Amino acid sequence: MSDVVEKTLSALPSLLSLDSNAGAGKLSSTSKLGNLIRGITELTSKHDEEKLIKKELAAIKEQVASPNTTMRQMKEIMVRAIYCEMLGYQASVSYIHAIKLAQQGSVLEKRLGYLAVSLFLNESDEFLLLLVNTVLKDLQSTNLNEVCMALTAVSQMFPKDMIPAILPIVEEKLTHPKEVIRRKAVLALYKFYLIAPNQVQHIHSKFRKALCDKDPGVMTASLHIYLQLVKESPESYKDLTVSFVTILRQVVGGKLPMDFNYHSVPAPWLQIQLLRILAYLGKEDQGTSEMMYDVLEESLRRAEMNHNITYAILYECVKSIYTVYPKAELLEKAAKCIGNFVLSPKINLKYLGLKALTYVVAQDPNLALPHQMTIIECLDHSDIIIKRATLELLFRITNAQNVTVIVEKMLEFLRQSSNDYSTVDLVGKVAELAEKYPFIKQDPLNLCNGMQPDIPNNFLRLLAEGFDSVEEDRQLRLFAVDSYVLLLQGETASLPQCFLQVISWVRTKVPIGLFPELSRYIFPSILLIFSYYIFSYYDVVLMFSFEYFGSLDTVLRQRAHELMILSQDAGLRGRVLSAEGRLEHVDSSLSFLDGHVSEALAAGAAPYKPPHQRQEELAHEKALSLEPYGLSLPVSLSTCSITDRLTDRQSPTRLSISSSVSGNSTELSLKGGSTTLKLDGVKRVWGKEGYLVQQPKEVVEETPLPPTELPSPLGSFQSPVSQTQTASPGPEPDQERQQLASSLFVGVGTHHSVCLMGRTEAAPQRFRRKPKGTGSSSGTSEHSSNSSHSSSGTAAGNTLDSTTAATGQQISQHALGHPPVNGNPIVETPGPLPPVRDGGVAAEIPTGHTDSGTLADPNEDPVPVRPRDLPLISHLPAELSGLARSKLTTLCPGPDPGLALSSCRVYKEDALVLVVFVSNNSDSTLHRVALRFTSKQLEVLFQTNTTFPIRFSENLPLTVSTGEYGKMWLSFSHDVKQNLRLITAGDQSPLTATLDTLRDRLHLHVVDIIGSEGIVACRLLRGQPCLLHCRVHADSLAVWLRSPIPEFPDSLLYHCQKALAEA
Amino acid sequence: MIKAILIFNNHGKPRLSKFYEHYSEDTEQQIIRETFHLVSKRDENVCNFLEGGMLIGGSENKLIYRHYATLYFVFCVDSSESELGILDLIQVFVETLDKCFENVCELDLIFHVDKVHNILAEMVMGGMVLETNMNEIITQVDAQNKMEKSEFSSFFSLYRRLSFSLPGRTGRHRLVLQVPLLVPCLP
Repeated sequence: MSDVVEKTLSALPSLLSLDSNAGAGKLSSTSKLGNLIRGITELTSKHDEEKLIKKELAAIKEQVASPNTTMRQMKEIMVRAIYCEMLGYQASVSYIHAIKLAQQGSVLEKRLGYLAVSLFLNESDEFLLLLVNTVLKDLQSTNLNEVCMALTAVSQMFPKDMIPAILPIVEEKLTHPKEVIRRKAVLALYKFYLIAPNQVQHIHSKFRKALCDKDPGVMTASLHIYLQLVKESPESYKDLTVSFVTILRQVVGGKLPMDFNYHSVPAPWLQIQLLRILAYLGKEDQGTSEMMYDVLEESLRRAEMNHNITYAILYECVKSIYTVYPKAELLEKAAKCIGNFVLSPKINLKYLGLKALTYVVAQDPNLALPHQMTIIECLDHSDIIIKRATLELLFRITNAQNVTVIVEKMLEFLRQSSNDYSTVDLVGKVAELAEKYPFIKQDPLNLCNGMQPDIPNNFLRLLAEGFDSVEEDRQLRLFAVDSYVLLLQGETASLPQCFLQVISWVRTKVPIGLFPELSRYIFPSILLIFSYYIFSYYDVVLMFSFEYFGSLDTVLRQRAHELMILSQDAGLRGRVLSAEGRLEHVDSSLSFLDGHVSEALAAGAAPYKPPHQRQEELAHEKALSLEPYGLSLPVSLSTCSITDRLTDRQSPTRLSISSSVSGNSTELSLKGGSTTLKLDGVKRVWGKEGYLVQQPKEVVEETPLPPTELPSPLGSFQSPVSQTQTASPGPEPDQERQQLASSLFVGVGTHHSVCLMGRTEAAPQRFRRKPKGTGSSSGTSEHSSNSSHSSSGTAAGNTLDSTTAATGQQISQHALGHPPVNGNPIVETPGPLPPVRDGGVAAEIPTGHTDSGTLADPNEDPVPVRPRDLPLISHLPAELSGLARSKLTTLCPGPDPGLALSSCRVYKEDALVLVVFVSNNSDSTLHRVALRFTSKQLEVLFQTNTTFPIRFSENLPLTVSTGEYGKMWLSFSHDVKQNLRLITAGDQSPLTATLDTLRDRLHLHVVDIIGSEGIVACRLLRGQPCLLHCRVHADSLAVWLRSPIPEFPDSLLYHCQKALAEA
Repeated sequence: MIKAILIFNNHGKPRLSKFYEHYSEDTEQQIIRETFHLVSKRDENVCNFLEGGMLIGGSENKLIYRHYATLYFVFCVDSSESELGILDLIQVFVETLDKCFENVCELDLIFHVDKVHNILAEMVMGGMVLETNMNEIITQVDAQNKMEKSEFSSFFSLYRRLSFSLPGRTGRHRLVLQVPLLVPCLP
């Protein structure tokens, strides 16, 4: 085939010489269109084409103006005009005649007239007003074809202002006896909705009627509308869930007429549409989701035939399953399905599989693990789109351990890629990662200094795009601009083009007001480059300068002015930048940079270093710059929360927490609280090494530990990593890939070492632990009066850790819900501390034979006060005793009646303290109690009495300013809206009263109250904020919650409701 | 929603362009050029999806295309459309064209842009998929064509016989333009 084309191509020039435009004239009698087309296909150059079309347009103009032209001829002229338009030449002379044709022609001519109008004109064209009457007339016509044409035209382009004129008639068509008219009317109305939503608000009920239309085609059309409506506000359409589910069930069940089958799949496009709607409806809504589980499962089951379109349904189905409130067995099936996609030899399916994985890894990174090798293969795939999709997937699973490898891969791709779009997108991702993991920042920047001119340019774009103005970013920008200017000085020849792209991009995309400082950085460079190329890009200069005239920044304005004058006045330019002196002039002084430099210096930037010096320092740079980034990281809340989201496995476990909260008041809510506490710790087990190191220090300070028994947290942290590597050798020969896999997937999931190679070593342990997942701690003790046995209490982080590892969400739900039922007691090996499995922090509190100061020596004073004698609460530390607290809850009765664990929450002004009591109920003396806490997030304070409460301390209210609040609000994706009861109290306004109640009861931070609206913030332990926006609506309080974690708003909402109900 | 439907041949000559969103004339041409540029350099055995070029709107949009003999059919859609669904829609479209034109080839599209547009209008309306059943589409188109029948057939046969039997035309070129888009065994 291709060689045929080639030969044809090579034959074309000769054709041209033989048979040029002269031939076209000769044959005009047969078909003018034929001539035109023939003429054009024979041309080789754009210039010839232009000439020919101009001639053609002139001919058209002449013909349309002639009074003798019949409608029929006009029709032919229109086709030619359409052809010219398609090639990109404006046939504006024919526009008015197209309208005339639509107005006056017979049915066929009318149709062409409408078609021409819809191709020539757009919604804002004034000509369209002339068409309104025609449309009106045709809509009322008795000829169905005319009605259809009018509806089609209306849905393509119709002036917004004129909608009211035809709306009633289109509405009327919804009840038209012909289904095709009804269907088109529905879509026309949808179009109206899209361009002018407020004008069709009153006919929402008619949409419902269309949904219930007896003709499935009309119903299908109405789904377009519902998809959009539900997407916009799922809350308002929850009541339709049942209908959608029923429709889908009927479709899947093959209840539709055979006409709707496509390759014997019943109405696949309809199914896809419905699945999407259901996904929106069931998102974060358990009740609604439950309604659709069955039908989702059924469509998953039914769609098993091996045709393209069934895969389309499967893909939608999988996406829906992962979007709605999770259900374990469905997730399992969906995961299997994704596996089929990824492993499919069909490239399209592979692509979708990767897409699906990208979609789901946010919820469960473990899903990517079984497909590691495929993913690695895809990374080297010849199709760039597949590669990109793979990188996107890898981007989603980055963590502190694999980020370097992934960034490397991305940069590798960047070096090869020529596609502008993907480059920009990817550089954006690299920069984002660089922001999250400061330690890799140097890499992309070093690359900047490398050979690719494109990459630094793109990097500059990013500088504008992604960063908030934190000090480190300023430095990064400075660095980038510096290296940029350097680069410009280096090889300017190839640069101006792409630089101009950057400029124009900056001009269009960066709102100047938002990024004044950035503009200030860029401007000098622009000035520099223009001083080289000012002659060739005069227009751009002008545009750019104009843009900046409006800037509030005086410096910028001045620069713009200078640039402007410079570009306009050739003489001045000649003097300032004399032909030879240009370079020297600019290079030597760089005077225009002075202001910028001094400003930057004042802001604490490092002084500019000449290239050679920089080169020298480059080697040391890693160590040097790591520090400030590292230090500032925990300070920035936003960074923190982003990192959280990334490393956070949005596991079903967490979901189950929010659900289990809704039960018995204090006990369960306590568990909810304590579990989340620990969860927070868990997700950091693999996250940041920094915390791990910090935490044990605190412990060490508080408790004197026998050094031999203290497990090295660092060592245990690293152990999984080393396991990963040792686990690599498998049956596959490709060691290199294996290695790549292990470096890419390290830290993905919770027990990556296990998942990677299917090592089962840790698995049984996990299963053993799972049932005791009380969401709290469990303790055992061995006590005898003469031996020094040790008992170990494993703190909850550990437990949660193991439950997170379990894929089944049910299990964890169980574990959380009924600890004692499942309470398969774990008696850890007596004797010395059991080996620390997963990097927990262990604290051992010796109670006997030690000289630890605060501990009472049990031999001399054996447990003076027993819990049964005196309430444990009385042992609360003095500073906490006066504060509000929850009831004391027994966490785990434990296998040994002698040792009891109980806890209570104490609300401090600025913190939530979880106090854990470990008490000896027996008569004998405890010699040793080993406590192990795996959560590193908690500040553990020991107070050892005979019964010693251990306090976990964590901030709860989130104190932010209104400005920060606004920023955070936009960045959070998960939101829930709900109406709450208002509380009326005395002289306070109901809003204030309600918010005060919430503040007092839930320790929320009321940021601001403005009129009838109030904003409130809180956060869940470290870095997981939730924002509330409250507005008084009649007699209720409309609350809108947003948080980066999907379950948090729901959970918080529940608590708010409870708090208000109790008040 | 479907943003645009483009058909061009192996050399990037547009054969049909339909935009469901308003772009300026220049932008439209640029989109066609860019799309051709993106699509044409892809091998046959790679996937049929492309993540959007800069012009047609960033990551939200994707291009879904199929290559039939001498023509590329490209749909530019936003995230609310299913990739595989659109892929099959293209197939339906081409099969419908094949039924309407009997062994449809590039030439048919050139000379009957208006008819192709009419067929398309029965499938996609204002960017929304209206009908996916081939028979239904043909019924609708036929209903409108009824009055045209006599006129249509005469013109139809005329162009096939006349329009390309020109002096200097190589047989090869005619061949290229008349390659049936659909080969008997479909992928």
